Amino acid sequence: MSDTPDKPDTPDVSEPPPEREAGAQIGVDSWVATEQGRRARGGPLGALARGWESTPDAAKLLVFLAAASTLPFWLNEGDLFTYGLFTLLYAILGLGLNVVVGWAGLLDLGYVAFYGIGAYGYALVSSPQYGIHWPAVVAIPAVMAATALLGLLLGFSARRLQGDYLAIVTLFFLQAFLAFTGTANPTIAGVGLTGGPNGIPNLDPLSFFGYRLTSTKQQYFFLLGVLAVVAAAFYLANLSRTGRGWRALRDDPLAAEVMSIPVDRLKQLAFVIGAATAGLCGAIFAAIEGAVVSTDFTVAVLITIYAVVILGGLGSIAGVILGAIVINVSAQFLAPQSDHPEIKRWLFYGTVLFLVVALVKPWYRAAVSLLGAVALGFCVHAIVAAAAAPSWTAGAAADAGSGSTGKAIASWVLITQGHGNFDTYVYIALVVALIVVRSVSGWWRAVALIPTLYLIPVVWENVLAPNPATTALILFGAMLVVLMTTRPQGLLGTPRVEVM
Amino acid sequence: MAAPLLELAGVSKSFGGLVVIDNLDLVVDEREIVSVIGPNGAGKTTLFNLITGIYPPDTGEIRLDGESVVGLPPYKITRRGAARTFQTLRLFQNMSVLENVMASQYGRTKVDVVRAMLRTPAMRREERAIRTQAEEKLSFFGQRLMGYRWNQPAYSLSYANRRRLEIARAMATEPRILLLDEPAAGMNPVETHEITELIGQLRDEGGYTILLIEHDMHVVEGISDRVVALDHGIKIAEGTFDAVATDPRVVEAYLGTKATTTK
Repeated sequence: MSDTPDKPDTPDVSEPPPEREAGAQIGVDSWVATEQGRRARGGPLGALARGWESTPDAAKLLVFLAAASTLPFWLNEGDLFTYGLFTLLYAILGLGLNVVVGWAGLLDLGYVAFYGIGAYGYALVSSPQYGIHWPAVVAIPAVMAATALLGLLLGFSARRLQGDYLAIVTLFFLQAFLAFTGTANPTIAGVGLTGGPNGIPNLDPLSFFGYRLTSTKQQYFFLLGVLAVVAAAFYLANLSRTGRGWRALRDDPLAAEVMSIPVDRLKQLAFVIGAATAGLCGAIFAAIEGAVVSTDFTVAVLITIYAVVILGGLGSIAGVILGAIVINVSAQFLAPQSDHPEIKRWLFYGTVLFLVVALVKPWYRAAVSLLGAVALGFCVHAIVAAAAAPSWTAGAAADAGSGSTGKAIASWVLITQGHGNFDTYVYIALVVALIVVRSVSGWWRAVALIPTLYLIPVVWENVLAPNPATTALILFGAMLVVLMTTRPQGLLGTPRVEVM
Repeated sequence: MAAPLLELAGVSKSFGGLVVIDNLDLVVDEREIVSVIGPNGAGKTTLFNLITGIYPPDTGEIRLDGESVVGLPPYKITRRGAARTFQTLRLFQNMSVLENVMASQYGRTKVDVVRAMLRTPAMRREERAIRTQAEEKLSFFGQRLMGYRWNQPAYSLSYANRRRLEIARAMATEPRILLLDEPAAGMNPVETHEITELIGQLRDEGGYTILLIEHDMHVVEGISDRVVALDHGIKIAEGTFDAVATDPRVVEAYLGTKATTTK
């Protein structure tokens, strides 16, 4: 638009304002201009954004599938299970939730109940519990039909309730499910229906026409296929009159109803599709795990699935898949029982370094602060080692091993042993230092950063690293806060306008 | 004589103790342009809400093409052939211009979600027809809603274009009667003139019957076959624009009575 030929090169001030056609462009051009400004963003990020937008959606899915199908060849079975399999499972769960929340705009907090009902449903028809052994090819459609029916019933609440009220009712549904499966456990035909807190063990593996999927690799490829089918089906549904109906009723239910869209029916349809998807995931999950327990379907799982959808971008299929990758991989990395404890340390130090380099301008102030912190660290360490009791420097970096990294950290950072209060003081000192950094500017800030940058690793090594369970939650929360403040619409979401 | 397209007989509606529409009779014939005027709070928008089924009347009968629509949900009334716009714009803000006009064709299309997921030939055919129809309705507004604007989100449109898009969206439901709630509100004189001409074209070229709420008397004067004046839910005058505009009760409703008469 900037090089439109019919615009004069040098605007003549004495000329009267342009005619209506050109005048009408004034309001429009603000949108076009920002849109073009966004497109014209330079650098590798801009090129990436342009490339992303110009790629057809089918090609994106194919590239993702091709990349994902190489995973089993360079990950071991354990990593494929935690990183590969569960990412796919969360992606499919997220796609189902995206129909209900992202498109139809219904705040469904009972979603995980359908996931659980799918798992228990599979357990009842494919385990020694009642001696029924349906093959997966029969069990999965049956389970999906059952959860879809329940979704239809719960969807009746969406006809009358909106927003918070719908959330309360659906959350109650989830809690009722948990109480029923975990505690109530009614005895039917001489056996506890859901096995109570012990759940139902010894489930049959997935089997299709006598072909059994027992290895992680087989299950991974099966799930990848399911994800491809679900993503394609939902993509096409979104581009149909049904998808337009959902998005219309999300924007304005009254206007949608008056524009010949049966709002109540479409809301229930969204519930049915979401429930069937969750049921499908539940059945596959149960078969892969080989057992079901009600603690696998708690509110924590619900929050994780919501995080996948919201972080990825409500309403965007590619966003949900990316969100599943980010959430699951980072959650597994940060988990206290993770196989890669050292990763956490590098992530942490890397993030701090990145923030300093990215936020402190110009670069030589950042360099002064960083070098100053390094020098300060060695000075403090040397003084304390010479003057104070040995217990002040006796600690070792948690999880860093006895290699050169561990030694380097232990000879720079004060890691104490048996000085309980030191943890608290150093933590408070860091908070104070951060406040000081925020409230001064220029060279003063660079100077204030020196002790702050030293206090950060001291806190990490003394307080956070020895308590991985708490630290994982703090870091996970911090990551979500940073991502959501920089991109409130999610990674691949479109910014929405609610009220004009 | 054929039944009138829209007929209200003895319609009343109150909210709590407040009577908003009081025993109203109204008839709109095929291909007629009828304007409803009246001061703020006269019950004009409530009249539209009653016709489109947003709430049912307390008493009385509303017939569309000879058949009662009382008690039907709004989406079914729209399918029977009455589509409206809103005084406070209610577009699907986050959908594109084209999608807004495609979405409102829901009622007269059939393909279900399963066939959409499978992308059957019938689905593709219908989708093409929906798109053609949407483009055709948008082209009714000249260059205003054409070209690159199709893929813009509705919230990015200028105010006047949003009003036009609402009309296009209502047209795409293929109604027989269009209920326009203050189409010229917030428009400048040029745009008001344009919308007045457009309403005439809607009847002459589009074949629509039009029931119009409008405060701008230039619009009302320019296009109305008949004018109905409401005050406190009561029809106080009906007839040609000149007859209604000079009716003493209409003048009184707008301007009040002389202060001296109360002495």
